[in-house]
Amino acid sequence: MKYLLLVLALLTATPTLAVQPDEVLQDPAMESRARDISQGLRCLVCRNENIDESNAELAKDLRLLVRERLVAGDTNDEVVDYVVDRYGEFVLLKPTLTGANKLLWIAGPVMLILALIIGLTFIRRRGKEPEVADLTEDEEARLARLMND
Amino acid sequence: MLVELGHFALVMAFIVAIAQTVLPLWGAQTRNRALMAVGEPAAMIQLVLIAFSFGALTYAFVTSDFSLKVVVENSHTLKPMLYKVSGVWGNHEGSMLLWVLILALFGGAAALFGQNIPATLRARVIGIQGSIGVAFLAFILFTSNPFLRLEWPPMDGQDLNPLLQDPGLAFHPPFLYLGYVGLSMTFSFAVAALLEGRVDAAWGRWVRPWTLAAWVFLTIGIGLGSWWAYYELGWGGFWFWDPVENASFMPWLFAAALLHSAIVVEKRETLKSWTILLAIMAFGFSLIGTFLVRSGVITSVHAFANDPERGVFILLILAIFMGGALTLFSFRASVMQAKGVFSVVSRESALVINNILLAVSSLVVFIGTIWPLVAEAFWERKLSVGPPFFDAAFTPFFVVLAVLLPIGTILPWKRAKLGATVKKLIPSIILAVAVMGLVWSIQTEKSLLGPIGLALGTWLVAGAIQDILLRTGKTMNLGRLTRLPRADWGRLLAHGGLGVTMAGIAGLTAWTVEDIRVVQVGETFEVAGYTIALESVDRAQGPNYITTMATMGVFEGDKKVATLHPEKRSYPVAQMPTTEAGIDNGFLRDVYLVIGDVQSNGGWAVRTYIKPLANWIWGGTIIMAIGGFLSLTDRRYRVAVGARKAETAPKGVPAE
Repeated sequence: MKYLLLVLALLTATPTLAVQPDEVLQDPAMESRARDISQGLRCLVCRNENIDESNAELAKDLRLLVRERLVAGDTNDEVVDYVVDRYGEFVLLKPTLTGANKLLWIAGPVMLILALIIGLTFIRRRGKEPEVADLTEDEEARLARLMND
Repeated sequence: MLVELGHFALVMAFIVAIAQTVLPLWGAQTRNRALMAVGEPAAMIQLVLIAFSFGALTYAFVTSDFSLKVVVENSHTLKPMLYKVSGVWGNHEGSMLLWVLILALFGGAAALFGQNIPATLRARVIGIQGSIGVAFLAFILFTSNPFLRLEWPPMDGQDLNPLLQDPGLAFHPPFLYLGYVGLSMTFSFAVAALLEGRVDAAWGRWVRPWTLAAWVFLTIGIGLGSWWAYYELGWGGFWFWDPVENASFMPWLFAAALLHSAIVVEKRETLKSWTILLAIMAFGFSLIGTFLVRSGVITSVHAFANDPERGVFILLILAIFMGGALTLFSFRASVMQAKGVFSVVSRESALVINNILLAVSSLVVFIGTIWPLVAEAFWERKLSVGPPFFDAAFTPFFVVLAVLLPIGTILPWKRAKLGATVKKLIPSIILAVAVMGLVWSIQTEKSLLGPIGLALGTWLVAGAIQDILLRTGKTMNLGRLTRLPRADWGRLLAHGGLGVTMAGIAGLTAWTVEDIRVVQVGETFEVAGYTIALESVDRAQGPNYITTMATMGVFEGDKKVATLHPEKRSYPVAQMPTTEAGIDNGFLRDVYLVIGDVQSNGGWAVRTYIKPLANWIWGGTIIMAIGGFLSLTDRRYRVAVGARKAETAPKGVPAE
């Protein structure tokens, strides 16, 4: 942890902008693909930043790598696979749909469906039950007094 | 000396908190009035003691007392006064002290304003509040004491993290804590109600103002944080789905759900056990947030220096309070008998849907936030869950919520006809569709995000306006508007504000224009119809930093719209650079300039962004907060918190 902080301090000590003008590719279509890919890749030495926004040297290297691969003729997926092969899936900001990650992705819909079933059951039951007698007159009076005090 | 007194006051507060917990709770159980009566003075004394302790620490920061470890690590003599003060809570120890100060503040407020709450309920609420105080005061005293002295005080301090030396961030933590800790009140009310075994309309009415207050503070706190990220981090992002942002967002979503379900308890005496559960969960997520930030299990931009011991301690607090409350809940929930009967199409059902969407969306954020931990613990997979996941998994919930919201708000209680209700909203529907068509046709890039976002925003704002117009009756007697309860206006603003924020987020995300280039001093360039000139770049000395400041002109045609000064600062003590963007705020767009490094050919790297509708995001947030505040000042709560007034109130509940 200490080491990581030191690395961070050293890296950020030379302030740079995220994407540098000299990194930008000539071909605007290819550059925009590079930007799209960069936004999905995590800067490994940063705290929760993608390489497109990051100022770190490593992020810059990765940005250049992405562009190199694109120029070499890789498709977007091939570029991402290339990076993941080298840095592991930690680098992906969008978790893949493989293995246990399926749980993560279906958690939302499943919870929603369950909640809707429970909610609807409750609502339908409320519709069928006879109205519970309201407060007695004494209680009403007491309530009004409490509320208005 | 003052520092020692502050430390002593904190220890005293801990002892008083124990008394405040044990005696009133014991008293309420045994119906002993004398014991129950201990609660209020104890809460007030605790407040005074912690306030004194906090004052002592602030004094140490203001006078740069470098015999204190925490001052050395987070302050510097050259730092501007505002940041010397905000430095008190810009670190782990001090921010925990602020945490318990606010906790005591709420406890004191409950003692002060709770006069007409039945004695046993009041005693229990204050007792539970005291127990939270015990836990966190112990946490401070045993693991995070801000009053530790150094044997050899240095000549000067190490300065506060420069990113935190900013007015937006100076006030961001206090508001967030007011929100987090405000939810402790709803928790105390929920547990007290479980102990009493009774939840009724009156309880709903007592608990709602505290929820509203907490929600308003959280809204402001989150808004400030997001605004700060926008102008400080140098590329105009406003939300990162960072674990710590999520930590504040989850309680916000739960508080929003709780606000709405408390209305159902108050008006219709149903959804009681669910509301209690929500109140417990909302505070639970505040504690989880605290745990995530302080334990260091998840690295994030915000993480304070943290160690495992603290993490374990907070986890223990979390386990005791959540475990205890949920166990109590499982035993007592069946006591809470629902009363109101309603059909499938009714305001009650709409609010149930609201609660489902808000609670599930919050759980989605939760799972996404902790997933990296889970994946590593169970499958040894090191992975990241970033913005692409949250954008995809969370956004649909709010789209559905926005579509249903205006309909739900005007549905009558008990039973309603969907067709007739939707028919009333035809003007809003037409307006929203028209906006969608208009936006679609004028935007250059054909994406759906912009048109849909703006249509939803329009639908929410128009729906909120129609909602209040419908309150004036069939004849549209506008004079009645002035006599509507403030809660109605609060609802208009809160729902409308949400629409404004959603439109802003969609506009900014869909249409931001970016330009990166090298510019020589004296050169001009064009971005999206604006001409921008780099007039000069100067170096200057700030109070505790060195700055490289550019002067840039922004022109529309020949007319100069603004002169901006983007800066690159370097803080020598903290050894950290920051960027200060130059922003021209506008109603429809921001022009956002950032200056970078000097290049080998003598030019400067310059980034330009045109950010459409950026200010709508925070404008909407402010409107939401004002709405919440208006609702908080509604007569029925002022009455409920004990402003003694003659019985001029209309009998029963205001028609809503």
